[in-house]
Amino acid sequence: MSPSSATTPPGAVPEPCDAAAEADQPPSIARRKVVKGVLAAAGLVLCLRQSGRVALAGDRKYGAAGEPGGVVDNPLVFVAIHPDDTITVTVHRPEMGQGIRTSFALVVADELEAEWPQVRVEQAPADQARYGNQDTDGSRSMRHFFEPMRKVGAAARMMLESAAAAHWGVPVSEVVAERQRVWHHGSGRKLTYGELALQAAQQPVPETAVVRLKSPEQFRYIGKPGSRLIDGADIVAGRARYGIDTRLEGMLYAVVARPAVLGGKLAHYDARAALAVPGVVKVVEIPSHPLPALSYPLGGVAVLARNTWAAIKGREALKISWEEGPNRHFDSQRFETELQQAARRPAKVVRNQGDVMGMLREAGRRIEAEYYLPFLAHASMEPPAATARIVDGHCEVWAPVQDPQGTRDLVTGLLGLKESDVTVHVTLLGGAFGRKSLADFAGEAAVLTKAMGGTPVKVTWTREDDIRHDYYQAVALERLEAVAGPDGLPVAWLHRSASPTEDATFEAGAEGEDSSEYGMGMINIPFRIPNVRLEVPGVPAYTRIGWFRSVYNIAHGFAIQSFIDELAHAAGRDPLEYQLALIGAPRRIDPRTLSDEWNYGESPKRYPLDTGRLRAVIERAAREAGWGRSLGKGRGLGLAATYSFMSYAAAVIEVEVAADGAIVIPRVDIAFDCGPQVNPDRVRAQLEGACIMGLTVARYGEITFRDGRVRQSNFNDFPVLRLPESPREIRIHLQPAGFEVPLGGVGEPGLPPIAPALANAIFAATGRRIRRLPLGTQLADWRA
Amino acid sequence: MAFTLRINERSIAVEAGADTPLLWVLRDELGLTGAKFGCGMGLCGACTVHVEGQPVRACVTPVAAVQGKAITTIEGAGHDPIGRAVQAAWLALAVPQCGYCQAGQIMSAVALLHDTPQPTDGDIDAAMAGNICRCGTYPRIRAAIHRAAQQLREAR
Ligand code: FES
Ligand code: FES
Repeated sequence: MSPSSATTPPGAVPEPCDAAAEADQPPSIARRKVVKGVLAAAGLVLCLRQSGRVALAGDRKYGAAGEPGGVVDNPLVFVAIHPDDTITVTVHRPEMGQGIRTSFALVVADELEAEWPQVRVEQAPADQARYGNQDTDGSRSMRHFFEPMRKVGAAARMMLESAAAAHWGVPVSEVVAERQRVWHHGSGRKLTYGELALQAAQQPVPETAVVRLKSPEQFRYIGKPGSRLIDGADIVAGRARYGIDTRLEGMLYAVVARPAVLGGKLAHYDARAALAVPGVVKVVEIPSHPLPALSYPLGGVAVLARNTWAAIKGREALKISWEEGPNRHFDSQRFETELQQAARRPAKVVRNQGDVMGMLREAGRRIEAEYYLPFLAHASMEPPAATARIVDGHCEVWAPVQDPQGTRDLVTGLLGLKESDVTVHVTLLGGAFGRKSLADFAGEAAVLTKAMGGTPVKVTWTREDDIRHDYYQAVALERLEAVAGPDGLPVAWLHRSASPTEDATFEAGAEGEDSSEYGMGMINIPFRIPNVRLEVPGVPAYTRIGWFRSVYNIAHGFAIQSFIDELAHAAGRDPLEYQLALIGAPRRIDPRTLSDEWNYGESPKRYPLDTGRLRAVIERAAREAGWGRSLGKGRGLGLAATYSFMSYAAAVIEVEVAADGAIVIPRVDIAFDCGPQVNPDRVRAQLEGACIMGLTVARYGEITFRDGRVRQSNFNDFPVLRLPESPREIRIHLQPAGFEVPLGGVGEPGLPPIAPALANAIFAATGRRIRRLPLGTQLADWRA
Repeated sequence: MAFTLRINERSIAVEAGADTPLLWVLRDELGLTGAKFGCGMGLCGACTVHVEGQPVRACVTPVAAVQGKAITTIEGAGHDPIGRAVQAAWLALAVPQCGYCQAGQIMSAVALLHDTPQPTDGDIDAAMAGNICRCGTYPRIRAAIHRAAQQLREAR
């Protein structure tokens, strides 16, 4: 049990210890744990066989098989059936609002023929060898684990049937599991799952190849609306436990003063005033690691106290001088000019067909534009926080982390322990959006508990810490040039994307986007253009670059979808009709023919780029939005469509711009094709959320640097969208698809079309072209 | 200093510095972790509790200022029919995503419905503007407030 699921009366401290939780369990469960342990190895063997099969299909491993830990689909690892007929599903991917605890559980429950109200969820600790890949990013959880989780449920159901058949001494063909009971046809006898639990656990686990899955018509929960959110009742009652809520007996509360400039080091500090603050217990130095930053703590000085407030006051009282290192002159305004210069010079070519440079030299109707996206902070509502303690040489960590195994590896390395001496309990994540993929904050907690001889320490980041020490979404300057043919469609297309790479966080000196970064919506444009040249200049990073929901798709999508709108207007053509003409007839494109070798890690055969599906979402969004209706001055519709994470998304945004530039969004229509939807309500929720986050990116999001320091600090100077600015209506239109279609991602692909759809709507409303995000006050004088 | 606080209809004695924000007393001293820390500056609403029925930001409310006053936190929201109606509407429309902001959202919504049983969209805008949801659950929050209002009206 993690403290996330514990209910605590005021003043009490939840018991976070595994041993105690086990002691409480009835003997049958304790025994099942032993069986689970033995059979976990069998699960791994299954996984290796599966990977081998995938590997035969091509030279490299795709999908889950290509990720560390691969897939485990052993029911004994994921399902526990209790004598009281409740069922616990272990969910190994962290929950950050995407609904994975609910959605995995309902997949298992469906194939298991469990009754949904009887299903509970337990969060797996970090252990990729046991559970398969746990690194929750890239919109991959359901895409990679839908089938394994179905097999988990189905195999458990078969084991229950075998146990019942053995119990009655009848052939297994005469029994059937339904609604959490196993029935015998001939006699009408029945046993509940709870009654069968112990015997079922001793049945052999069926081989993956013989596991019988339901046919989709038999699904009771998968693809259906109305499944309760597994954590909903706890959330609305204030009982849900996030990382920041962890409480351990005797715990100290820490806040940390970190170097304001990346690569900075502590020169000198005076802790006397801090130690004089009532409640402050100790001041501890955290060593800095040389760059690259990786997920190591940034270093600095920690104040440990009896409560968070005392720690905050103590930190204010520290006197510190820093050695600021090589990034101390970084200025994002100057960097914008550097990016612009880089984007105007020839650079590394990543896709080249025809003779773009020749066409551009001759250029008849040549159109060019530059688009800018600033650095972005994630600002999840729960700031980073983590708790750690060491008991008898064993370190336990409680943390809201997207990459549990990565966190475990980090702590193992920082403390010089064996992996088996580190346990990472994954709490609920109060939002993450990519920030909590890199668990520097958990590293801090581990270092501090070690410094305190194992005393439990919780590190809490204030909002200022979060905004100033993020792993930022990279700034980008996107330059596009095109030559239009007689029909206004481009005959030549040049795109240079100047943006620091996330690799620089891991490898000193790495410059410019890598294949997975330009693979996000830049290289794989599926347009019918005879001459295409795509380049990525090698620009450096001066801060920690990370992943922000949909990542490089944000800048690429904004630039490309704005530019197409510009080309359409330049040609005097309707943007909808123009974009469809540019895409051309429906066809399935092997991404390798677009020089895209990455394809989000997925097989190019299983996941081609299907322009028919792209057209269909565009046509659907346009139809639902009433594209073409006349709205009058100051009002407009804008369209944008993107393909990312194996899913197709199109948005039409309606905007009203007041004379003073104030914006109202009466309606957004989003059409989305992720293949079949396992939990349609959570798909809708993710699209609604991505729309609102996309509007924050479009209107407000901007991190700037001066003298190497982030200039923003909290929601006053890093504003995010609030309820009154939210669209009056967000209408989600999900494209139907059968379960034979491979799943696409859900968490991220809704975001990239939002900013360009808004910018295009603003152009329709005002004639002002927005090429620089955020919008800010750019429209204040549009009437003038 | 010693303070006696009335929280969720119980009297509780705590030791804290007079300037300590109520939020940290609730979370660190009393283990009432339902109210969340989001900004510490009254900007996000994650820490919203009721003091004498009014929504306040616990992160900027010194404990000394609420001594002896009736404090309700999310843990006590279900003690009252409006609170229960709001919680039920939140579940019916599956409002939460990560859920971290929702305690504050619910406390703001309950306070709104106490004052304005049948709020307009404009009333909702005004009452909820101080509560940030980074996951973007705003459309469902708006719908859930209307739903709770309707259920309460029908129950009367
Ligand atoms: S934490 Fe109190 S308003 Fe943000
Ligand atoms: S539900 Fe995640 S911040 Fe609101």
